[in-house]
Amino acid sequence: MNIELRQPELRSNTRLKIVDVDIHPKSSIEDLKPYLSQRWWDHLTTYGQRTRQGYLKGFPYPKMQPQASRRDAWPPDGGLPASNLNFMKQQFLDAYPIEYAIMNPLSPTGQGDQNSEFSAAMAFAANEFQLEGWHKQDQRLLASVVVPFEDADATRVEVKRRAGDKRFAHVLLKTRTNDLLGKKQYWPVYEAAIEAGLPIGIHVFGTSGRPASNTGWPSFYIEDMTEHASCCQAQVASLVLEGVFERYPELKIVMIEAGFGWMPPLGWRMDKNWKKLKADVPHLKKAPSEYMREHIWVSTQPMEEADTPEQLIDTMRWIGWDRIMYSSDYPHWDFDDPFLALPPSLDEKTRNMILCENARSLYRLG
Amino acid sequence: MPYFDDYWRNSIEERGIPGFESNSYPPRAPISVRQDWKGSNGGAAANVKELSAQVLDRLGAGTAILNCLYGAHLPYSEDMGVAVARAVNNYVAKEWLDRDPRLRASIVVPTQNIEYAVDEVERVARDQRFVQVQLVTNQEMPLGRRQWWPLFAVAEKYDLPIGLHPGSTYRQAMTSLGWPTYYIEDYVAYAQAFQSQLGSLICEGAFAKFPKLKVVLLESGVTWLPGFLWRLSKFWRGVRAEVPWVDRPPGEIVRDHVRLTVQPFDAPDDPEIVQRLVDQLESDDILIYASDFPHWQFDGEDALPRGLPESLKRKILVDNPLATYPRLREGAR
Repeated sequence: MNIELRQPELRSNTRLKIVDVDIHPKSSIEDLKPYLSQRWWDHLTTYGQRTRQGYLKGFPYPKMQPQASRRDAWPPDGGLPASNLNFMKQQFLDAYPIEYAIMNPLSPTGQGDQNSEFSAAMAFAANEFQLEGWHKQDQRLLASVVVPFEDADATRVEVKRRAGDKRFAHVLLKTRTNDLLGKKQYWPVYEAAIEAGLPIGIHVFGTSGRPASNTGWPSFYIEDMTEHASCCQAQVASLVLEGVFERYPELKIVMIEAGFGWMPPLGWRMDKNWKKLKADVPHLKKAPSEYMREHIWVSTQPMEEADTPEQLIDTMRWIGWDRIMYSSDYPHWDFDDPFLALPPSLDEKTRNMILCENARSLYRLG
Repeated sequence: MPYFDDYWRNSIEERGIPGFESNSYPPRAPISVRQDWKGSNGGAAANVKELSAQVLDRLGAGTAILNCLYGAHLPYSEDMGVAVARAVNNYVAKEWLDRDPRLRASIVVPTQNIEYAVDEVERVARDQRFVQVQLVTNQEMPLGRRQWWPLFAVAEKYDLPIGLHPGSTYRQAMTSLGWPTYYIEDYVAYAQAFQSQLGSLICEGAFAKFPKLKVVLLESGVTWLPGFLWRLSKFWRGVRAEVPWVDRPPGEIVRDHVRLTVQPFDAPDDPEIVQRLVDQLESDDILIYASDFPHWQFDGEDALPRGLPESLKRKILVDNPLATYPRLREGAR
């Protein structure tokens, strides 16, 4: 599963261009040091990052391989996977016809930290480093506006700072927030993103301190991974039913690394109950699935795999071909190869929409 | 009240306990009771006569299984949980099962303490008219967790499927991210609990440990299942070393051990889409019929979604339920 045996060079002369909406370049805390004040550097080196989980290092659901990464993604010269641009180019950016790749840094970024002022300082540093450490060296790498999303005011400041800067593709949130994203406490985040003309990308993971399911803590990493889909269902339902899209018609949301098999059934379930319960949510002016269709984009990885690929194609059609964008999740273990992940029977036009055009249009890439 | 013992009858009176009704289905909410299924009290059928007229005779049902959602799972006290569960089971036997031979029921158990839950199954299961063990979806801990296993052992011993019904113990928020504002969100979120419970039962190895165990997802919605299995199967192929007892694809396990009731189906009205969704299930055995009376899940008399092939209808209405509930096959004794 984690060993790349094929020869990607062979494909690099294809006409196809790829926009990858989810890669994970790795930075160290030392990388962030130049962008942190003395006070927050001292805090980081004294107390570390304090999220709502118990381990100093590692996770209560340990990954199944170091750094959750492909075994072959460790740079030969040392360092963590995706910490070395040259090796990342050789293995991914140049090996495939990557036109743009959107960086979604996961850690260290301070997102979800219990100290929201520290979270804001870390977000600023993570954003600066994406520009200086990555984008400057390779302009194909677009940054995300990492924000301290549990603090709406601080988020507004950071988004405003990046407004109009074409090097940023979207505002980055994680899925496991302290409360449902449809709740009013998060609405200033959406206002700020709209003012800056940016979509919001919501990447799976985060540490809310709440059980990964609404029926308590599961035991295993495999469940932790599966539960991202239930978490995303809760977030999308909340955004729709609490009226966020009715209030912010320009808001565009990208669900990242959540798969998408859950999307159509969620829309149908909401529609069915909305027909009977309209009086409960009078702020909704149309069927819930219509809001989903207009406002939600999904990234592909980890692509669901059906024994009968035609069934997956049905599901993709029900979501809308213009709403699905390719993502690789490089360098992680469940990396989806752009040439192998999509159902083989898709025609060239559709394939091109998913691999490139949909992202170009959403992110207004040249 | 007559079904509580002296101590609890006194307590309920002295403490002014106003009953144990669950908040999960506000009695007047439009999906809690269908307009034309309101009984003489303005709510759902309150006795056998009304139930018979509204559902059994009208839908031509030969057998109906009652799932009583009274809140035995709600009190924090284990003792009170036992008292309510016992009272409910005794009441259902006397006031309902004794009065119409077409009726069967589910055993309500005090989930506050698994030992007590096992005891209640042992006590009630002697009555063959109780045909499954009933649990609500949203528990304090996922159902696959090994602390639940004694309950599965006793269910397997008496040929009782576990029937999972939407509802919450209110030990966790209604979603994994907190409490929503609107009731519709609560109801939509039950589909997530079904997914989590199914994932837990599979990943913890409950079906490997109890090869005869059957789990029936009542009122779960159906269309989420294929996408859920695609995702779980993909991860299983990648990280199965973590759960070595899951020794075959999750879809296979589900087709052997899990059944879903057909209302609500959660699909658009388009029969062609329904047909394609049925294809995604990859099984003719997995769906069983439920009216969801008195809750609203369908309008009119057409209780099956349009688009189902004729051959499948017969299986859903009769063959599959009989295959799922051994005690329905044997008939009441």
